[in-house]
Amino acid sequence: MDVLVENREVFVSGFWVTFQICVLSATGALILGTLVAAMRISPVAPLRWVGTAYVTVFRNLPLTIVFFMTGAAFAELGAPNADLLKIPGLSSVFTRLGIELPYFRFAIVALGVYTAAFVAEAIRSGVNAVPAGQAEAARSLGLTFTQNLRYVVLPQAGKAAVVPLGSVIIAMIKNSALAGAFGVTGELFSNGSALTSAGGYPIVPVFIGISLGFLVMTVPLGLMLDRLEKRRAAGR
Amino acid sequence: MAGHLIELDSVHKWFGSLHVLSDVNLAVDRGEVVVVIGPSGSGKSTLCRVINRLEPIDAGTIRFDGRVLPAEGRALAKLRSEVGMVFQSFNLFAHLTIVDNVTLGPIKVRRESRAEARERAMRLLDRVGIADQADKLPAQLSGGQQQRAAIARALAMQPKAMLFDEPTSALDPEMVGEVLEVMTGLAADGMTMIVVTHEMGFARHAAHRVIFMADGELVEQAPPAEFFGNPRSARARDFLSKVLH
Repeated sequence: MDVLVENREVFVSGFWVTFQICVLSATGALILGTLVAAMRISPVAPLRWVGTAYVTVFRNLPLTIVFFMTGAAFAELGAPNADLLKIPGLSSVFTRLGIELPYFRFAIVALGVYTAAFVAEAIRSGVNAVPAGQAEAARSLGLTFTQNLRYVVLPQAGKAAVVPLGSVIIAMIKNSALAGAFGVTGELFSNGSALTSAGGYPIVPVFIGISLGFLVMTVPLGLMLDRLEKRRAAGR
Repeated sequence: MAGHLIELDSVHKWFGSLHVLSDVNLAVDRGEVVVVIGPSGSGKSTLCRVINRLEPIDAGTIRFDGRVLPAEGRALAKLRSEVGMVFQSFNLFAHLTIVDNVTLGPIKVRRESRAEARERAMRLLDRVGIADQADKLPAQLSGGQQQRAAIARALAMQPKAMLFDEPTSALDPEMVGEVLEVMTGLAADGMTMIVVTHEMGFARHAAHRVIFMADGELVEQAPPAEFFGNPRSARARDFLSKVLH
């Protein structure tokens, strides 16, 4: 286990990069996923088609394909470096966002758009758990579709969607390990792999170290969800 | 025709192969209280719900205040804000306090200030007798209190008409009276009302006109004394013999 202590720096810096990927992708996925869910339940048919197509595509493709396609898509769109994501204020906190190489930004987008499909479905299941009468009452008062979602349906759907959303985000955190295979240097998984391949360290303790890094993010998230769930049960 | 507030002209609606509204013609004047009765499945709730287009119709026209009901969109939202609706299952917003339930429409739809909306909400809650429950959540209130809150919520939009879809059918018997009392008060104040109900007592003393529906058809309509005293159709006589003991 000395390998963990000796290479503490490698694990900590890897953890920090992975953490940045996760926070940024999760934020993007939650925003995009909410929009997609809103489209899927919208009264406007073309919006519903777009929402449904989005979920069908990104929920059913392997994540590796999405990673590949993201780089290709940015090149196709004439922004091969995805520079528009070098958001000034944000890049000073999430330092990786502003660097020259585009792979970190590709990884955020790939994980974000992929996870958004699952977020959308979790939110939609939450919306379905809200009794139809709630939206009907809101409509009868003259609230528009967006007002209805924002003030009546989504606040109640959120409660029912919290637990499935948590599972989606936990899955996303674990999926972020794939970023190392797509050019993101210095994230937790690739840092660990480098220790075994280039550094010649034994695999088992190194992988235990990587696992610990992921557990530090996923276990507290899971505990938080359990507590939310309990509070929700008590509130009923 | 300008005098009628609500007009239904040859309205048809199907649920699949079920003809729930069959050639319904109805005109309701300003200030009129119309009570709709009939056996379950006769289409009376649907009649109530098509007037603010919670259910779209398949044929015919519906006019409210001289204008044909708009299709989905902002114009429809505006129309709905002028027609109050009270549901059988109350449908108070479960995550909002009673007073927030009442102010949501005025603040978000009418863009009223929070203070102004709250002041009117408290007056309305006082009028329906539950001002002391204003800061509770719906689930903490009895059914009768919830339905009175729902009436206050609809009134807060200062509607031109009120639709009641079996407002007392989900209530325990001892709470029916308090809700009917509020409705009777509204009727006396000159509110235009369409009330779908099984409360024959309310129909007798508060309605200007009773409409009897069966199998999606508007079978008979008459002032309450005439309808209850001397129903013309066999179906109405049969129905009344079952509900009046």
